[in-house]
Amino acid sequence: MATKRSITITVNGQQHQSEIEPRMLLVHYLREILDLTGTHIGCNTSQCGACVVLLNGEAVKACTVLAMQAHGCEITTIEGLAPAGELHPIQTGFWEKHGLQCGFCTPGMIMSSYQLLKDNPHPTEDEICKGLEGNICRCTGYQNIVRAVQDAAEHMSTETSIPVSTQN
Amino acid sequence: MSVPAVFDYHPVQSVDEAIALLQLYGDEAKILAGGHSLLPAMKLRLTQPEHLIDIGPIPNLAYIRKEKDAIVLGTLTRYKQIEQSEILHKYYPILPEGTALIGDQQVRNRGTIGGSVAHSDPAGDMPGIVLALKAQLVVQGANGTRTIAADDFFVDTFLTALEQDEIVTAIRLPLPAPHTGSAYAKISNKASHYAIAGCAAVLTINKKGLCTSASIAITGASTRIIRASEVEAALISKKLDDATITSASSHAVANADLISDIHGSAEYRQQMAAVITRRVIMHALERA
Repeated sequence: MATKRSITITVNGQQHQSEIEPRMLLVHYLREILDLTGTHIGCNTSQCGACVVLLNGEAVKACTVLAMQAHGCEITTIEGLAPAGELHPIQTGFWEKHGLQCGFCTPGMIMSSYQLLKDNPHPTEDEICKGLEGNICRCTGYQNIVRAVQDAAEHMSTETSIPVSTQN
Repeated sequence: MSVPAVFDYHPVQSVDEAIALLQLYGDEAKILAGGHSLLPAMKLRLTQPEHLIDIGPIPNLAYIRKEKDAIVLGTLTRYKQIEQSEILHKYYPILPEGTALIGDQQVRNRGTIGGSVAHSDPAGDMPGIVLALKAQLVVQGANGTRTIAADDFFVDTFLTALEQDEIVTAIRLPLPAPHTGSAYAKISNKASHYAIAGCAAVLTINKKGLCTSASIAITGASTRIIRASEVEAALISKKLDDATITSASSHAVANADLISDIHGSAEYRQQMAAVITRRVIMHALERA
């Protein structure tokens, strides 16, 4: 057994401190230690994107980051994107445009879309496809996902600020 | 396997600290940078280091700056920084262009140029690009700092000229001569985006339109990262018209030990390497 390490991490605005095995992946830490099961595990090989979360505001695949690498960092998961009971405009976009069928890929899609729109608030269809190339959906054929992101871009550009909640 | 085998984790604050740990643990230790090659390999148990030395916390190793005679990239410079670097877009568009083809935005947020170079995966993009750019790799070890030419650095698959206690700290790219153009493109696996056959080209043209320097590297197709010396020889001192480029490109993997697997047969890779090399040379020429 390897020496356990102490980790301090801020997830959705709340600080957590735990003793963990160094080999624990960030996605397992979020799901199993913090019970934040909105972050999914799909391929577990950094290809499918179901596990995408924001690490200091940047989209990462949480199956390919050690929890220890996020020590001292801020993580936002799908649960923390909007205050409890509310939807972030990207979530609304997926709702309104039917950007999902089974929903398994959706949390990752939404977190990747967040990064995409942060970097490029008015993406073209091609730029949306390129931005979401790291997220695989097996149901929709992607058309409605692209429409959902377009819808979100439209609504976000008319709002003054899109806060990532630090309340939850 | 969903998690790596057991290891001890050592986050370090300085290169010296990392080197001391490398000396202490020898073959049992691995350096962790962005982790997007090493962690997948560890999850598959292809490698099982007992000690993981995380250089991520070391400050001031992520930078891109222009010096008097070179553009220098710190080893922890992430792909996203390279993609967005104005300096690189101006002097060596091959780097942001090649970087934009790596994996996806999430991978590019984490992966580092130093990590990719030290990993020496022939299907990776950075080793070939760094080779074509004739980079000097600055490495630090117990005996101090030295530079290794990219030509001498990439020894074989996952094997470099680094000593056990050495770390790549920076990548130095000589400033391009006037009328130099560079480009990179690849045919890649649709899921992983690893190269099946790729080409990095850096060309310099003189006032008469003759090619005075050609540096061509092939990624993905071969079991090791190689310069396409026969292509280079077929371009030097020539006027780069269509026929010359097409003929030269047909030798893209002439001296390569070709990979043949489920993603592409050796024959397929050979043909695609010629196609992509031709396109890349054309593109580099337009920029020269």
